[in-house]
Amino acid sequence: MLTLYTIESLKPAFIFKPLNHAIKIMQAHKIPILFLLTWLPFSGMTSAQDDLPDDYCRWTVVDYAIAEPLCGLAGDAQRGSEIVTDGYRGNCLACHQLPIPGIEAYGTIGPPLTGIAARLSVPMIRLRVVDTRHINPMSIMPGFYRDPRLINRPGEEYRGRTFLSAQQVEDVIAYMATLK
Amino acid sequence: MIRFYKTTLLFCGLLLVIPATVVQAGEAKSGYEYIKPESRAMQDDDFENPGMLAVEKGQVLFNQKQNGTDKACAECHGEDGANLNRENIARYPVYSEEAADIVTLQKRISRCRDNTGSSKSLPTDHPDLVNLETFVRNRAVGEAVNVQTDGAITELLQAGEQLYNTRYGLIDMACYHCHDLYPGQMIRGQKISQGQGNGFPAYRLGTGEITNLHQRIQQCLTLMRAEPFAADSDEINLLGLYIMSRSNGLRIETPAVRY
Repeated sequence: MLTLYTIESLKPAFIFKPLNHAIKIMQAHKIPILFLLTWLPFSGMTSAQDDLPDDYCRWTVVDYAIAEPLCGLAGDAQRGSEIVTDGYRGNCLACHQLPIPGIEAYGTIGPPLTGIAARLSVPMIRLRVVDTRHINPMSIMPGFYRDPRLINRPGEEYRGRTFLSAQQVEDVIAYMATLK
Repeated sequence: MIRFYKTTLLFCGLLLVIPATVVQAGEAKSGYEYIKPESRAMQDDDFENPGMLAVEKGQVLFNQKQNGTDKACAECHGEDGANLNRENIARYPVYSEEAADIVTLQKRISRCRDNTGSSKSLPTDHPDLVNLETFVRNRAVGEAVNVQTDGAITELLQAGEQLYNTRYGLIDMACYHCHDLYPGQMIRGQKISQGQGNGFPAYRLGTGEITNLHQRIQQCLTLMRAEPFAADSDEINLLGLYIMSRSNGLRIETPAVRY
């Protein structure tokens, strides 16, 4: 049988009803309610996944910008220029054109980034790299330092982590600040 | 039952609720129109098309007695599948009210194979089944895809569309993003297609393998650094159904050549 999920499945009732049901069954069979605690280790499995990683630095958006560098780190433009072309790490070229000599294959999905620092301030660039959906919720662009708890169905090796580390994000920003 | 992680579901902000009017992507175009001219030439020439190998392997299996029985598909359907109904092939995946299940072409073949009394049914997407699927789908080459879109299937299509519009994985994109918003744009060196199903099973230049639609969806999810939906899960069946319904009217190209 197929069961379709609807917005209904997001309501608290959907979570508490099964719990109530379980308690009723346990009462009917005279099973001590304390046995529910046997679920605790399992619940830990999910909550561990939902917790923010210890090294995740929180950031605040003010006026569509993030003023403070992530974790207070300083970026390195040279390292940043390597990350933006790296197909696994930044892969900015998958969607954007960048003024890097010798690179022919680039994407045309996002805007070209040549001269980006002349158009946007560093704090504005930071928000766009960290999580651009604070500006456009429909954006195709991944949040490179998006809250990992907001990622739907991450692959096993990608659970509880961000796309780039805080240091890598700052490196990319330092590189982009040179594109005037 | 749909196995769904409620913890993940709670982040309902991930669900893109897109009004049907926005989805209106215009005319359906086959992936053929987005691939490079040399890949088109490869697809058009049966001797050059590496996917024809799967068709041939499928035909051999079609003519073999299925394990444990003395029956081959060919005994009813003809040596070259001539007794198969092209129009019916173009209707897959279908919804079977009897089984309350989405039946893909591969599942139909697999069930037919099992019903001959075969002692051992093959797991979903077993290479033999993919080859048989490719052979059978190839019998209907040129036929327009014709997935049912009314009646009992409507609800399933809506659920499939919802999955299509949901973001997955660390790269955090929905199928909708690339294949509805940006077809024709470049992603590095490749042109983004509309993600149509009419060429599948297709030969993938990227992997060098014959790949059916469900396997392609799984590979795409892995690329999104997401946990792919399991073979024959409700999610993959719903997504496959919705994606094939978007291809209604496009000619079957199996085995297409695709990146």
